[in-house]
Amino acid sequence: MRRYLGRKLLIYVLTFFLAVTIDWLIPRFMPGDPVQTMLSRAALHAEAVEVMHGYYTRAFGLDVPVWQQYLNFWVAIFHGDLGTSVYLFPQPVIKVIMRAVPYDVFLLLPAILLSWFAGNWFGAFAARNKWLDNTLLPLGYILTATPYMWLGILLAWLFGVVLGIFPIAGAYSFSMRPHLSWAFIGSVLKHWFLPFASIFLVKFGGWAIGMRNMIIYELEADYSHYLEALGAPRGLIRKYAFRNAILPQITGLSLDLGVIVAGALVTEVVFSYPGIGYLILQAIQNQDYFLIQGCFLFIIIGVLLANFAIDIAYVIVDPRTRLGMVGESA
Amino acid sequence: MSLQVDNLTVYYQTLRGDVQALEDATFSIADGEIMGLAGESGCGKSTLANSLIRLVPPMRFVRGQVRLDGEVLPIDDARRMSDYRFSRLSVIPQYAMNALNPTRKVGKMVAELLGSKGVDFAAMIPELKRRLDLVELSHDVLKMYPIELSGGMKQRVVMVLSTLLNPSLLIADEITSALDVSTQKAVAEMLVGFRDRGFVKSLIVITHDISILYQIADTILIMYAGQLAEKAPTDVIIRAPRHPYTKLLIASLPEVGVRYAKRRLSGIPGRPPLLLDPPAGCRFRERCSVAFEKCLEAPPFVELEPGHFVACWKELGEDADA
Repeated sequence: MRRYLGRKLLIYVLTFFLAVTIDWLIPRFMPGDPVQTMLSRAALHAEAVEVMHGYYTRAFGLDVPVWQQYLNFWVAIFHGDLGTSVYLFPQPVIKVIMRAVPYDVFLLLPAILLSWFAGNWFGAFAARNKWLDNTLLPLGYILTATPYMWLGILLAWLFGVVLGIFPIAGAYSFSMRPHLSWAFIGSVLKHWFLPFASIFLVKFGGWAIGMRNMIIYELEADYSHYLEALGAPRGLIRKYAFRNAILPQITGLSLDLGVIVAGALVTEVVFSYPGIGYLILQAIQNQDYFLIQGCFLFIIIGVLLANFAIDIAYVIVDPRTRLGMVGESA
Repeated sequence: MSLQVDNLTVYYQTLRGDVQALEDATFSIADGEIMGLAGESGCGKSTLANSLIRLVPPMRFVRGQVRLDGEVLPIDDARRMSDYRFSRLSVIPQYAMNALNPTRKVGKMVAELLGSKGVDFAAMIPELKRRLDLVELSHDVLKMYPIELSGGMKQRVVMVLSTLLNPSLLIADEITSALDVSTQKAVAEMLVGFRDRGFVKSLIVITHDISILYQIADTILIMYAGQLAEKAPTDVIIRAPRHPYTKLLIASLPEVGVRYAKRRLSGIPGRPPLLLDPPAGCRFRERCSVAFEKCLEAPPFVELEPGHFVACWKELGEDADA
């Protein structure tokens, strides 16, 4: 067990190092100069621009050689310092991100978990049921093949524009300030529903299709046939098939949970929902090196943590992993 | 009579039409009989076995009747058949090494299976352990996952599990095929032991390896291209076969003490017909050296001597002459 975890940990550390390096490289490969972009918006005199440019370049630490910038970046990370946002100067990146994360968790956690439970349950139920297989599963295929933003736009159009039931932009009414009251909570929920529904539906289709196919595969496995040959009731055979079919779905769930902090970029853009996804778009459009880096760093950490959690969960749910470990160290 | 099969005909449904895999099988197995079922690949051995225990699409029941201990089996009704499976007739499948659920401990799986059939697991434990001893398995296997067992151990677990409720008929489908020669013998002897101890009343042992049958079977049934060719006591099949196919099959077996560098092993010329659209009459006609016009009709499976059944016009004719 310790050996297994130790080896896994080493892999995660290496992955983290590489991912963070790439994360640092990517914004710097973008054409253009962030400080220039920022100053051009201020419409200053040419002389003032020169002075300001020098000042900000020093302030962001962009005046030292590239290798020095890279080292400084690592040192800063271990001090919990992700730099200052260029686009929202002078707010620190960490503060900007922390403001957006709750919206992502609030939007995606229920969407992912509920769609996972509902999709798996429905997929298992529909497998080998002629009527459901022929009617509702094609719907699942359509849903899972639908791009998030297209479904989002469709829902916004139908429920927001045509029926006028739900608002189509923002996380709460533009006329409100965040505070604790029923009116505000109601407004948050109302704004939350459409983005939630668009993510839930697409994911639900994916889980249902995946589960249906896995169950059919398991029902055709030798152990299922043997149980049938021994006259085991359908319920027992399906129970075993479900338990074995859920294993790959758990992996899928973990990967989904890992990118919660990444937000749902296209959905958030469609609904102007102020999560990380929306933030990333803003950061890229403004060449905000530090905000881009910060957002991606969050995603990297999230994905790695989720993967690590699932490695451990697998040890618990799948005896084959657990026993494989024993075999290796013996 | 433990098992009585009459005119059992089973086809496989395919997009190109029915594959006539089993045609008018009629035979019986006595109490305590171990019947070997032999023939080349695709001759219908496994189809016969599967149609007795688990007749599911694409298999299609065409006609026939199967009686076990005098009771008609509803073989074409999967739901009603469940009551007979395991308790009255059981199977050790070809894939015995993959037959256990990989994510359940062996003991737990047995408990859940028995529970679902309304059998009290706790009361079965002493008997289960006795039988594990018999096949030389430690009781610890019950606390293990299938992945912790070797292929041979898994197969023995399946042998014990399949026979736990003392079925009247056990079908052992190619169970020695994946084993090395010494293990083959041990497994074959365990099957005989099961019969001798009364765990199973009678057995069908399916194999393409006639030498195994020679060791354990009381009778051998030879099939060819979906039809029964010959059934007789083991010695008779080996030493005095009467169907031309059986003769060629036995002749093509290697003999002990003969150096085949000097004398080539003879095979049977030609290949079996495709069963999608098989020739009418005797299906061995094309490869048979003694075939004549009469062979255009399907020969009946007739008892020429007590316990010796042959489906061949030539043999019938000679018998009629004598």
